[in-house]
Amino acid sequence: MAKEQLTPAETKTMMLQVADAIIEAEPILTDADRALGDGDHGVGMERGMNAIKEKLEASEYESAGKVFMDVGMAMMSSMGGASGAVFGTLFRAGGKSIKDSGTFGSKELAELITSGTQSVMDRGGAKPGDKTMIDALDPAATAAQAAADQSLPEAINATAAAGEAGRDASKAMIATMGRAKTLGEKSIGHPDAGAVSIAIILNTMKNFINS
Amino acid sequence: MSELKKLINDPLKVADELVEGLVDAYNGECVHVGQRSLALKNIPDGKVALLVGGGCGHEPIYHGLVGKNLADGAACGDIFAAPPPGIVLEATQAVDKGKGVLYLYGNYAGDVMNFDIGAELAEDEDIDVRTVLICDDVASAPPTEKQNRRGVAGLVPIVKLVGAASQTACSLDELEISAKKACLMTRSIGVSMSPGSIPATGKPTFDIDADKIGLGMGIHGEPGVGEIPMTTTDELVPQMLDYLFKDFEADEDVAALGEGDEVILFVNSLGATTMMELLIALRKAKQILSERGIKIYDVIVGPLVTCQEMTGISFSITKLDDELKQHWNMACQSICYTKLEGAQGA
Repeated sequence: MAKEQLTPAETKTMMLQVADAIIEAEPILTDADRALGDGDHGVGMERGMNAIKEKLEASEYESAGKVFMDVGMAMMSSMGGASGAVFGTLFRAGGKSIKDSGTFGSKELAELITSGTQSVMDRGGAKPGDKTMIDALDPAATAAQAAADQSLPEAINATAAAGEAGRDASKAMIATMGRAKTLGEKSIGHPDAGAVSIAIILNTMKNFINS
Repeated sequence: MSELKKLINDPLKVADELVEGLVDAYNGECVHVGQRSLALKNIPDGKVALLVGGGCGHEPIYHGLVGKNLADGAACGDIFAAPPPGIVLEATQAVDKGKGVLYLYGNYAGDVMNFDIGAELAEDEDIDVRTVLICDDVASAPPTEKQNRRGVAGLVPIVKLVGAASQTACSLDELEISAKKACLMTRSIGVSMSPGSIPATGKPTFDIDADKIGLGMGIHGEPGVGEIPMTTTDELVPQMLDYLFKDFEADEDVAALGEGDEVILFVNSLGATTMMELLIALRKAKQILSERGIKIYDVIVGPLVTCQEMTGISFSITKLDDELKQHWNMACQSICYTKLEGAQGA
């Protein structure tokens, strides 16, 4: 049965499922990054996900926001690399913005992604169109805001769909950030690996909320 | 090609285990710090500290440059990944002796973000931090955008020069100025014939046709300016050096390289290319520099900035003035690079 509000415990279960989904997708992420970067994104994300599992499984939560903050800290302190800094910032800053709300509903979803996305842009300097994870996050944040008054399943469905569309749109973009920027026009045709990860994260959240 | 036979243990523990081994190689001169950093054992009180760092997998840099008259410490990331902020902080605290810490590392998005977060954490602990980015790869951006270039093999002469400067620097300001100058005067260009691999996955970092050379490729196999047909040393070296000559010429911030100039020439192997091949390349480079009246003040040759079993070479040229020469002349000692007082042949 679809869930309207997630308890902190359910939020934790959802993020554990996200971790498993990313670990399973490691070969896909590695291939995506090899096309544009040095191919370390999959392994880095896998390391981050294992750190998340270790942290969450050992903790009890009274706030959904705190779950996301711990997800961010676990990624930031275990992964390193550009991914560790930006994914860590996404969840830490996003989680912090909802740390006072116990449960996780469509309003919290919108706040989490919007605040997190803004913090990632401030940290890394990427903006929409640079062929980074922002190209999946920014449309997802816009969709989540538009659906903030709808039910959580409706909101996450719209958010995940926007994230996927953003990931696909990143294929046509020319990389201007990070290691991929030296590819220039040759980067066209491949999605950004970070955007691929964002789509997997949002889809796994969607499946959990709708189950 | 048959599958690579890589002698490791748990692929995910490669970075931790190699840093342990590196500390063992220093045999007491360095200590292991925190999660994955190392620092010189006896850093004098009041010394302006020099911290290097970056992803592992490029041994013997970056952490192999910790040593006498070189870097005071290194923050080590995982394989090809920047060190997380917590590791940067631990390394910063280990080398700080009250006069602040200069971060000197290659310009990669991941390193910049993680070191910046690390610097913010260090500032919270009242440690003064300044950052100078190494941006020496001329193939990665034009001279007008040289602040966007990747940091590659030039870091060896740069860390050597800045390490020497740090021995006598009175302030973090002074060391920052020295570091910026060493970086400005150092330019590199690389080529690759075949990729290295990621230890954790065994997968190559890029694909290239067997009969091609990637011109201007980065030290992780980032694409360069294009591919050319496989050729001989004597055909390739002039093309590579031309990029460096043209870059000094085109950049308004430095004078062109010419008659009477003195340089450090570094011929680097990206891993699998042999010393034999490096020496043949050095021989040709020397001829070309001599024809232009450029004097080689000192030479570095060897596999010092590598990417596993990647084949390829890079040239780095540092243009010297009296101050840089004085810093160059200082002896230094580390696992990566050791030299005696003075300069070979000078």
